[in-house]
This record gives sequence, structure tokens and C-alpha cells, in this order.
Amino acid sequence: MTPARNTLPAMQARLRALLPAISLVAVLVPILVMQPAVMSYFGSSLLLNLAVPIVLATLAQLAIITVNDLDLSIGSFVSLVACIGATLLVKTPWLGALALAGCVLAYAAVGALIELRQIPSIVVTLGLSFVWSGLAIVLLPSPGGTSPGWLGTAMSYQTPFIAAPIVWSVIIAIVGHLLLMRSSAGVRIRGAGGNPRAMRRFGWSLVRSKATLYGIAGVFGVLSGLSLLGLTTSADANLALRYTLLSIAAVILGGGEFIGGRVSVIGAVLGAITLTLAASFLAFLNISADWQVGMQGAILIVVLSLRVLLQRGERQ
Amino acid sequence: MKSQTSSEPIAGNETAWTRLRSLQAPWAWSFVGMVLVWFGIVVIFGFGIASNVAQTALTYGVFMVLVGLGQMLVITSGVGNIDLSVPSTIALAGVVGMHVMGSANGQIALGVAAVLGVGIAIGVANYTLIRLLRIPPIIATLSSSFIIQSIAITQGRQLPPPPPALGAFATGRLLHVPYIALLALGLSAALAVLLHRAVYGRRLSAIGQNARAAWLAGVDVHRTRCFAYVLSSIIAAITALLLAATSGGASLDMGVEYMLISIAVVVIGGTLVTGGKPTIIGVWGASMFLFLTNAALNAVGADAGVRAIVYGVLIIAVTVAAGGKAMR
Repeated sequence: MTPARNTLPAMQARLRALLPAISLVAVLVPILVMQPAVMSYFGSSLLLNLAVPIVLATLAQLAIITVNDLDLSIGSFVSLVACIGATLLVKTPWLGALALAGCVLAYAAVGALIELRQIPSIVVTLGLSFVWSGLAIVLLPSPGGTSPGWLGTAMSYQTPFIAAPIVWSVIIAIVGHLLLMRSSAGVRIRGAGGNPRAMRRFGWSLVRSKATLYGIAGVFGVLSGLSLLGLTTSADANLALRYTLLSIAAVILGGGEFIGGRVSVIGAVLGAITLTLAASFLAFLNISADWQVGMQGAILIVVLSLRVLLQRGERQ
Repeated sequence: MKSQTSSEPIAGNETAWTRLRSLQAPWAWSFVGMVLVWFGIVVIFGFGIASNVAQTALTYGVFMVLVGLGQMLVITSGVGNIDLSVPSTIALAGVVGMHVMGSANGQIALGVAAVLGVGIAIGVANYTLIRLLRIPPIIATLSSSFIIQSIAITQGRQLPPPPPALGAFATGRLLHVPYIALLALGLSAALAVLLHRAVYGRRLSAIGQNARAAWLAGVDVHRTRCFAYVLSSIIAAITALLLAATSGGASLDMGVEYMLISIAVVVIGGTLVTGGKPTIIGVWGASMFLFLTNAALNAVGADAGVRAIVYGVLIIAVTVAAGGKAMR
């Protein structure tokens, strides 16, 4: 009896950690069964084409969820970056680069402000989302613009053997994991979310940690916007608004929690890919596209329920 | 200052400014803003246009008031409580209402009942998710809103227009005041009684200030919070009906802008974002303030982008000014 009791919770804990991968497989396998061509180089790159910007936006959200905050502005920020890329970056590259750098700095400043004034991130980033959208509309009142040549080339670069979106996602996941989970700076930054009081008593500046993480979110947001622009080749102020909710969902799907700085970079990347695939999943099942968003909501609820069940098992 | 008999030593060196700040009237700021903007419009465009703008505000600004009131209840129920399903509730309630009514005056009562039912169902579903899955409300209402949105989309084709009587009600006026505004006033008064004169309001404030203390004091935290979510969804559903009636038909995206606006008017209105301290008047002030600001910017020729930037800066500035630590 005793060994069984000892191993069951351990197994459940392991299952819980594997949940993001399991949910990805659960979506992927039916697609493969119905449409084996998806396995091919061309099929997988077509299916996952839009995954890269979503993965990057998810990591931006992850940086902010690490400190128990939430970013409601990432979608409009990604749209703004795409608009800057499609206008300023093409006409006057130095001005465009400067604007993007300014956006990242603004993000970091907002992070510092949130910590300094102890204000809720939801409300501040909500206000920020109006500002980003407004700036995007001012820059590009109607959809259009062009993608800078180098960006298009970079995004249509054909990697050997394995489709580019998969390669990029894996690279992003590994680099992000090493930086946040394995480096000492990453641990220190995560501590700001895990136990802020201890961090403060230890002499680390919480303001600096938060500003850094918001800055990182800004950098990932810029990368997301630029990669999206490289794929779509034109921009629009509403281009990526849905990324806000999608990125939160992906982080949660990937095992991230709101309390205690518990996040997983690899899980979040898997979560983002799962949600990208969920859209195509319905098409393969011949279910009307009307249910596309509903499917994403259902996946979230199912995965969260499984997590609760497994957690309950651990505690017993 | 020697005459002060306050037991607190700090009270001695209170300046007029800090006393003004502690006046317990956080809603006053939004009213100051509202009045200033309106006088600005009077000065620039004359009284005639300004009174026209005020009339429009009483119709279209009222939708902001309504969704704000619902959101205010949820936010008051404690840190982290927020209802992101407002736009999808508006979409689904509009769709269901229009289908049930089928443009017939005789079916209005049935339609209203159906819409209220949608609101109750969504509120209960939201809170069930929060409770059972033990997830932050933002994620629970987010996932449920995805599903609600999908249901609305599947039902949203070939919607009949609203019944003529409902349309007449939505555009009708009593002494230059739109019926919609009167309805919202009535709702606000009812909520004011509920929040400030009834046991429920005390409970809601108690769980918003400290859920554990309230629980120890014997308040049923879950039931109280659940009721806040249900009320929020019901109010959103009613808003959907009025929106559809005013604009001559329900559309799936008629509620999209109200997710952010519902939160914005609550915050600008002075409701404590950390919960426990609602202000209904503040929601009115903030809604009118935002609407008038929007109208004024529109009138001076600012485009949508500039208006959005002003909105955003306003929200951030108000939040930063209020601060989190200063107000306990």
C-alpha cells in the first residue's frame, strides 16, 4: 500500500507538469489522423505559419505574469509595432528604430510606475492599450503600409528539414527557458513575483525587477509585431488585438499561475502553439469556424479542470 | 490647530489639501472633469451645441453608465475580481432578445424575460468556473466569454429588428430626458439602496475589504460574490437590449468597446480598484466625463487615434494620482 501512496502523488505532479504537452498532443493527433499531410514540411509550415508572433506575444505576457501582474495592452502594442514597422521603419529606418526603442522604454517605465505607486496593473495596462491603439491609428489611419524588405526575407526564410515556424518556436522556447529559469538574473527576477517581501529585505530593488520584466515584455512585443508584419506584409491598427486574450490564455495553458511567479517558458510556448492549432483543428473536423473562439475557451476550461483535479490528488 | 481634539497626533499637521483629499468623495473629481469639459464646449461652440451634446450624452453615455455599474459591483467584491465577459454577454443577450421578440410588440415581455435569463445564466456560469476551477476571475470570465461569443455567433444570423414599441421606448423622451436615462437612474437608485441601505451592500463591501475577516464574521463570501457576478451579467444583458433598440438591431460586435470602457468608468469614477468601496455617482460622473471628452475632441476635429490616446492617458493619470497605498 505505502509505495502506491507515495508514487501516486508524484505521478500526478509529473502529469501536471506534462499537461501543456499533453494538451498539444490531444489537439495534434486528431489533426494528423485526419490529415497526415500536415506532417510534411509544407503542411506544418502552413499550419503553424502564424504561431511565431503568437509565441512571442505569449512570452511578453509571461514576463508580466511572472510578477503577478497582467498585461491587457499587449495586443494593441503588437499592432502598434506592426504599424511602426510598416510606416516609419520603411520610410526612415532610424526614426522607426528609435520609436520602437521608445516603446520598450515606455513599457519599462510603466512597470516601474506600477511598483512605485502600488497600482493595479490591469487598470494601467488597460489605459495603455488605448494609448497604443491611438498611436497606431494616428500613424496608420487605414490598413496598409509595406513590410521592410529584410523583414519579409527573414520571415520567409526556409530552414532545412524542419519547417521554419517550428524551428523558431523551439529556439525561442530554449533561449527563454535558459534566460528565465536557469540564469541567476532570471531567478532574481522571478523572485520579485514569488516573494516580493523577501526580495526587498534581501536588498534587491523591486522597482528595478519590475521595470526589467516590463522592458522584456516590450522587447518580446516588438519582436512579435515585427514577425507578424513580416508574415502579413501590411499592417492595421487592429491587426493583433486578439493577442491580448490569446497570450493570457496561452500562458495559463502552459502551466503559468497568477500567484507566486510560477511560470513555465516551455509550457507557454506549447500553450501558444496549441491555441494556434485549435483554430485549424475545427476546420479539419468540419465544424463551422463560428466555434473557433469557443474552442479556445473550451480548451482552457478543460485544461484548468484537469489541473485542479491533479492538484487535489497531490494534496491527498 | 490646537483646538483639534482628535486622538491622532498626525491630525495636528494636516494641511487643507490633505483634508480635502480625505473628504471621502472620490467621485467628485470625475464631476469636476465633467463640468469643466462641458463648459469648455459651451465656450468654444456656444450653448446651443453644448446642450445638444448633453442630450446625446444622456442617451449614449448611459450605456457606459450601465455596463460600468455592473463592473463596479464585481470589482467591489474583492481584489482581482473583474468581469471580462461583458461584451460577449451583450452580444448573446442581444441575439437572444431579438430572436425571442421576433419584431412583435406582443413578445417584448417574453424577450425581456429571456434576456434576463441569459444574464443570470452567464453570471452563474462565470462564478461556477471561478469557484470550481479555483482560477482567477479574469481567466474564468475570459474563457467563458470565448464560449459565449461562439454561441452568439452561431445564432447571430438573420436577426429580426427590434419590435417598434421597444424602438420607440429607446428613443423616447420625457421632458427632454431620454427614457433610457430615466431607466438607468432608476437602476442606480435601486443599486444605491441595495449597496448602502441593505445587508447585501454591507456584505459586499466587507468581502471586498477583507474576504477572510468577512468570512470569520459569518458572511457567506461565495454567495455574496456570486450575486455580484449575476447582477453584472444581468445589467450587461439589459444594456444589450437597449443598445439593440437604440441602433435599430442587434449586432455581434455592438458590445466590443464596452469591455475596456466598463472598467475605465469604474476606475475614473473613484471606485476602489482593490474592492470594498463602490461609488455609483462616480460611475455616472466618469461616464459623462468620458463621453463629453470624446464629443469635445470629436468637435474640434481630433481623429479616433487622438481620442484613444486622451482616453488612455486619462485612465493612467487617474490611477496614478489615486495610488494604491495612499488609499487603504
